[in-house]
Amino acid sequence: MKGSKYTRFEILRTLRARRFLLFSLAFPLVLFFTVAGPNRHAHLDGISFPLYYMTGMAAWGTMVAVVSSGARVAGERQVGWTRQLKITPLKTSAYFLAKVLCGYLMALFSIAVLCMAGLALGVQLSVVQWLTMIGLLLVGLVPFAVLGILFGHVLKVDSLGPALGGSTSLLALLGGAYGPLATGGVFLALVKCLPSYWLVQAGKSALGTSGWPPAEAWIVIAVWTVALAGLARRAYERDTARV
Amino acid sequence: MALIDDHRGGIRLSSLTKSYGDVMAVRGIDVSISSGETVALLGPNGAGKTTTIDMLLGLARPDRGSVSVFGLSPSEAVKAGAVGGMLQTGQLIEYLSVRELVTMVASLYPRPLEVDEVLRMTGTDEVAARPASKLSGGQTQRVRFAVALVGDPDLLVLDEPTAALDVEGRRDFWTAMRGVAATGKTVLFATHYLEEADAYSDRVILMARGRIVADGPPTEIKARVGGRTIRATLPGVELAALRELHGVANADLRGDAVTLSCVDSDAALRELLVRFPAARDIEVRGAGLEEAFLELTAEDSNDDLEGETR
Repeated sequence: MKGSKYTRFEILRTLRARRFLLFSLAFPLVLFFTVAGPNRHAHLDGISFPLYYMTGMAAWGTMVAVVSSGARVAGERQVGWTRQLKITPLKTSAYFLAKVLCGYLMALFSIAVLCMAGLALGVQLSVVQWLTMIGLLLVGLVPFAVLGILFGHVLKVDSLGPALGGSTSLLALLGGAYGPLATGGVFLALVKCLPSYWLVQAGKSALGTSGWPPAEAWIVIAVWTVALAGLARRAYERDTARV
Repeated sequence: MALIDDHRGGIRLSSLTKSYGDVMAVRGIDVSISSGETVALLGPNGAGKTTTIDMLLGLARPDRGSVSVFGLSPSEAVKAGAVGGMLQTGQLIEYLSVRELVTMVASLYPRPLEVDEVLRMTGTDEVAARPASKLSGGQTQRVRFAVALVGDPDLLVLDEPTAALDVEGRRDFWTAMRGVAATGKTVLFATHYLEEADAYSDRVILMARGRIVADGPPTEIKARVGGRTIRATLPGVELAALRELHGVANADLRGDAVTLSCVDSDAALRELLVRFPAARDIEVRGAGLEEAFLELTAEDSNDDLEGETR
């Protein structure tokens, strides 16, 4: 109950952060039109290029949304607001949950914008395919939401921009969000250990080309989530102990 | 209404010790505060006030010793909504108005005060619609005070709430504070202004170098550190006669050199000149808090301050 009212104010704050919203939503959209626009009749991996690129950009856009939302903890730490919250009855878990929910809300905006852009370039999917794609993306985002909170505790506001931009771009690139990087060999085997690879695949799996994600996908997502949560917890506890 | 019924415990800090690296910030302090007391924690920068407050609020873990807040641990008391605080540093977050911010914090407590009432009490009703992150220093401090207060906590802790304010801002802040202290809350505030400790507390705990060097009613502490000192050369005088002078708290005589620690140096000086016209080389000095602390602690190279000063 208490947490839910708090979450409402957090969502209100997210919606009022116009520049943050605008930039988070605009870049994947611009990239989508720039790359997929001229190739709208091409095909890749057996699916239409705009559809392929739409899922890739959705993976990247939602990743940026949840990571940067969690990382906003850094700003609140820097101005001393998290310490203020620590002397209220708000539970730490409720504070983090609110950040994650705001990230997911942003992710949904990003998906909505990209789906509309996809429709504009002639992407056609059944309702079941749309919903499966969105659902699988949301599951694939869990480790990134935790990564954002970890960043929020180990980074200062100064270093947030480059760290977020660099890490999300690299993860998206290696995961294949901008296009397929590897089709086999050791490189693919390594890339398959990244959560971003499966986030990109989550969107594509739903399109019926490669079936549902294999057990390997769920394992990679779960392992990353647990490992990052452990690191985030340590960072949080160190932060609490400091004055 | 009180959230925790058993207030008999009050606040209890026992043998509290905390170091940061090589720096001993707090060196074993014992404090007992009854419910409803308004206590000033007075001391110069680096005295250990903020570290003590952080331990009281559960933001820092003591190396040794224990903290009890109404019979609970600090984190239990915080969870129960029994604590409100204004930390030494801290700004307000973006994208919320003052009213929204205070409402958000109110929603975290089991039995908060009316938000409008709190805005009025803290003098922030005029800026209620303004973005909380875009206020002047004085306004920010009053909104932070509203944030500390809106949960209707039994214990209110304020760490140097007026440190960044000008004289006018300070006066406004304490005017708001005075009304709150009258509602029966237990209030602990840290300050390095003797006047604030004197004017707004029932009791002053004086800290220096991580220890408590004095603990008592404001008048007593003021007499020890806040007055002026008169020094003069006066041959053949009795120490007892000097101690009888009006406005003198303590007198010291070494050879012909007289040192009078005064509560009211004006009265003392007038009487001194009338009764002892032979006094010469007269010097009146205001004892700054910092100097007073140094004097209080200088003699204690053997590290046994508490035993000596109580």
